[in-house]
This record gives sequence, C-alpha cells and structure tokens, in this order.
Amino acid sequence: MAVTKEAICEVLAPICGTVQTVEHHGDITFLIDKGDLIEAGHELKSHPRTLFNLLIDITAIDQYRRKNRFEMVYILFSLDHSTRIRLKVPLDEYDEPRCPSFTAVYENANWYERETYDMYGIIFDGHPDLRRFYMPEDFVDPETGDPLYPLRKDFPVMGIQGSLPIPEKNPM
Amino acid sequence: MENRENTILPVTNTSTLERVRHVRQSKMVQRILDKDTTVLVDDPLENEMVLNMGPQHPATHGVLRVLLRIDGETVIKCVPELGYLHRGFEKLAENMTYHEFIPHTDRLDYIAPLSNNVAIAMAIEKAAGVEIPERAKWIRMMVCEVARISSHLLAMGCHAMDVGALTIFLWTFGEREKLYDIIEQICGARMTTSYTRVGGVSNDVDEAVIRQLRTWMNAFPAILKDCESLMLRNRIFIDRMAGVGYVSRDKAIALGMTGPCLRGSGVEYDLRRTMPYLNYDQVDFDVITHNDGDCWGRFMVRAQEMRESVKILHQILDKMPEGPVMADNPNKVMPRKGEIYTKMEELISDFMLINYGTMPPKGEVYSAIESSKGELGFFIVSDGTGHPWKLKIRSPSTTNLQALKFMAEGSMISDVVSIIGSIDPVMGEADK
Repeated sequence: MAVTKEAICEVLAPICGTVQTVEHHGDITFLIDKGDLIEAGHELKSHPRTLFNLLIDITAIDQYRRKNRFEMVYILFSLDHSTRIRLKVPLDEYDEPRCPSFTAVYENANWYERETYDMYGIIFDGHPDLRRFYMPEDFVDPETGDPLYPLRKDFPVMGIQGSLPIPEKNPM
Repeated sequence: MENRENTILPVTNTSTLERVRHVRQSKMVQRILDKDTTVLVDDPLENEMVLNMGPQHPATHGVLRVLLRIDGETVIKCVPELGYLHRGFEKLAENMTYHEFIPHTDRLDYIAPLSNNVAIAMAIEKAAGVEIPERAKWIRMMVCEVARISSHLLAMGCHAMDVGALTIFLWTFGEREKLYDIIEQICGARMTTSYTRVGGVSNDVDEAVIRQLRTWMNAFPAILKDCESLMLRNRIFIDRMAGVGYVSRDKAIALGMTGPCLRGSGVEYDLRRTMPYLNYDQVDFDVITHNDGDCWGRFMVRAQEMRESVKILHQILDKMPEGPVMADNPNKVMPRKGEIYTKMEELISDFMLINYGTMPPKGEVYSAIESSKGELGFFIVSDGTGHPWKLKIRSPSTTNLQALKFMAEGSMISDVVSIIGSIDPVMGEADK
C-alpha cells in the first residue's frame, strides 16, 4: 500500500517539525532543512511506516535568479510500499554551496553526489571520495584557474575556449 | 603474508608517481593506491600491480575505464572511471525545446533507442499534462518490448562472447537483425529511431509489419531455446558464471541497482508491475527474479525476460485497438503535415510550437519507465517556457555500474570481464 503524504509528515514531524509539501502532477515533494537532512533520511529509511530503502537519484537545481541559488533534490523509493517521493533541500550559500553527504544513509549516494559536485560544484561534507565524475580533473578556466562546473547557468553552452585541450592537428 | 603492511609498491619510490600526480588523473591514481583494502588473499605471488583496463577494451562494452590493483590474479581494488563519452546532454537540453530533445535520447542507450524515446515522451507529457490516445499507448508498449528483446539479445550474446562462447553472439545478432528490419519498417531507421512525439507516435504501424512481427514472435522461442541449449549445460560457461560477482539482496538495494541486476538478486522490483505505466496493468506477465545474485542469476533473468516480453507482445497485438496515434491537443501537440498545409488553425499552432515549443506549467516532474537496463527516468524542471529549466537523466547503466567496484573486489581478474558483461552497461547512457 502506498504511503500517504500525511503519514510521511507524521514520521518527519519529530525531526523537522511541520514539513512543507508541494504536489505537482501527482509527485509529492517535501522541503527539508539542510541541518535535518541526514536525520530525516535515516528516519525515512528505517521507520516501518515509510521504509524508503532505495535511493533512486540525487541531483541539484540551479535557480540562478534567486538568492538561495542551489536546491538539492533526492528521489527515494520504498520497495515495500511502492511509493516514490522527492526531498528538496535549499542551500543558502550562493557561490560555494555546501551540503551534508547522504552517503551516511545510502551507500549509493556516492556516485550521485560526485556527479552533482562535478556538474554544480556543490561540496558534500563527509563524502568519502569527492572528485570529478565526468569531466577531467583539470577542467578549469584557462585564465583564472578556477574550476568550471558545466551545468551552472553561467557556464556557456558552447564551452569556454581553452578549458579542454584539443589534440594538435595532423600536419598531413 | 605478515609483511604485507610494509610492502611498498615499486612505483612509489621512483619519480614516476610524482610525475603521474601532476597529470590529469592524479586523484584517481591516489584512489587506487591508497591502502584501505578489505580483501587479504594468501597468494604465492607477492607483488601487487596496477592494471589499467579500458577505455578501449572490447570487454568493457564501450569506453568504460577500470583501474585495477591486482595481487597475482586477484583484484584487491577496483576504481571505475566514467566520462569518456560525456556529451553533456543535460546542458544541451536546457537550450532546446522539448521536442528537439527527443532525437538526442536515441544516443543515450543506443542498444534500445525506442524505450528511451518512450521514456522522454512520457516525461514531457506528464509535465505538460497531455493525454495520448489508446492506440498510441499500445504501440509504445509494443516498441518498448521489441527494444527490450533486442537489448537483452545483445546482452546475452556479448556476455557469452566475453566468456568465450562466440557462436551465441552470431545467433543472437542474427535475431537482432530481423528485429532491426521490423524497427526500420515501423519508424524508418534502424538505430536513430526518434519514433515518439509529444502526444503520441510519429506514424501508425501498418498491418504488414504486425504480420511480420507475429511471424518472428512465433519463431523466436525455438531459437532462444537453441541458444540456451548451447550454454545452460556447458561446463565452462557455468564455471565462468556461477558464483561470480555475487551481490546479496540487501547489498543490491543498498547499491541502488535496478532492472535485471536487481532482479537477479531476488528483489521483485519492476516498474511495469510496481508502478504500472501505459497499459501494463492490462497485460499478464511474470516478474522474473533469481535468488542467486551472481552473473548466472542476472543472465538467467535476461533470458527468461525475453520469453515474458514475447508473451506481452502477443497480448499487445491482440488487444491493440484501431484509432488515431496522435492526441488532438493543438496547443501542445504538433499537427500533421497534411493538416498544416490545408487548415489555418493548424498552421498557426504549428508556427507557435516550432517557435516556442510545448510549454508545460511551472513545476517539477519525475517520470520513469522500466527500460531493458533498469529504471530510466527523466526529471524535468519547467519554468513555464518552452525550454526545460533543467532536465536530469536518471540512467540505469550508471547506477548499475556503481556495483562493479563491490562485485570485482576480491574476484579474479578474468571474472571482471564476466561481471561487466552481466551488468550490461551501455556507455552512451552511463556517460550521458
């Protein structure tokens, strides 16, 4: 049986107090504070009423125009109750966002967080192996030497010239 | 064995490591050389070495790179490295309309492009709130199952080839070729299908193709049986598969695997059953699971799933109703060419759709289907314009590959090939 929104709010109530929820086209999203994330994750994973044991995906959204620029998104699934929910965690830093690592709760958060770090530059505190995932380690701005994060909205679609060395042309 | 803690890798004393540190994959090299290994094996060969497998290795199914630290023939550390086929689809998606992104999904899982088309179209329709006609639903199910069989045939053939049985590979590719012929008649292309549209499918499936598909479906189970008979009682094959790359049920869930890999560990998780989409709640099929959790289990899940897919296909062809294949929703669904040239209203909406695209209301949706590799999901954030603000691809190959490290560590080096084959990753999808 599917877990209802109210049941999840009740499970989360001792940790986060009143949880704000958003429903859109049948998908339920729970807004959670950064400080409560790990505890809420543990509770959702182990509480017999929820049992969200499968972490489907982690990603971030770059809300470029807002003051709180980045939002983390966690998609969870409960195998026992066949329910899918999303957790959303707003991050308050604009330039160098930090977030506690979800690897403490779900082992497979490892690669998802590496990908998020690679694409958005969000630092995950407590991550066992935080390095680039798709892009090479030396993917930096050729002029300033700052690391580049390609899915940020201020990164141009055409790329930055010189950031990825192109092999020399064949003289033939 | 007692002086293992003091054993210094030959490479650390030379200037080689200093030089390597400064080049591109320095963090990756540190990762493979760090000492927190969990496996201690009594092995007569005392020296350890680092072996680089891929990205140009035939057994890695594409451009997967795996760094292995081996002691004799035993893998004691494994670091998979992705990104050699990264094309930045998520960035590209933010700069094009929803419709324009559909052809890009062909290049994700290029073994089964049709199911990617269905997945993206369903995600856009969920975001935009478009209902599709019945016949389009059944056609989408049909192409999904054809794509699943095609993908599983490749997985079966390549996996057998990886462990040394070449004949199966040729047989399964012969069958795939017949499927490609059918796919070509359905959508005009073998690989870059781009078959679905927002609101339906690009064109109807005619009776001749369905007849051809029926003929193939009737012949296929016997051929599958022939393929299996070459392997299932083959001593060498069983030795290479059984007990290799074992993942327990709980570990498989913790590692986030989906699809045949998860079902091979005995977890009954199939989105067609747990969260039915399209008309999967109206067809009768079994969710195949195996409790072995090894390469053998995953192989058997794929083999039996093909039979289930044929069973589903028979039901689909029997139940498929007549009717339109595109929804009648001029604000969001592209009208047909014939109507654009003859009717004013259609011309206007075509103009708007080409210039501004389908505009879903503000909000976030996640929609997923059970593709042949596992849960293929699209997370769309819409800001109310014709371009997605963000489009995240949840690719099953990436998440399944995360289990490679766990499976490979402690096994023999030749088993790594078998394990990669049993995960069945497609790097186009894993690297996005």
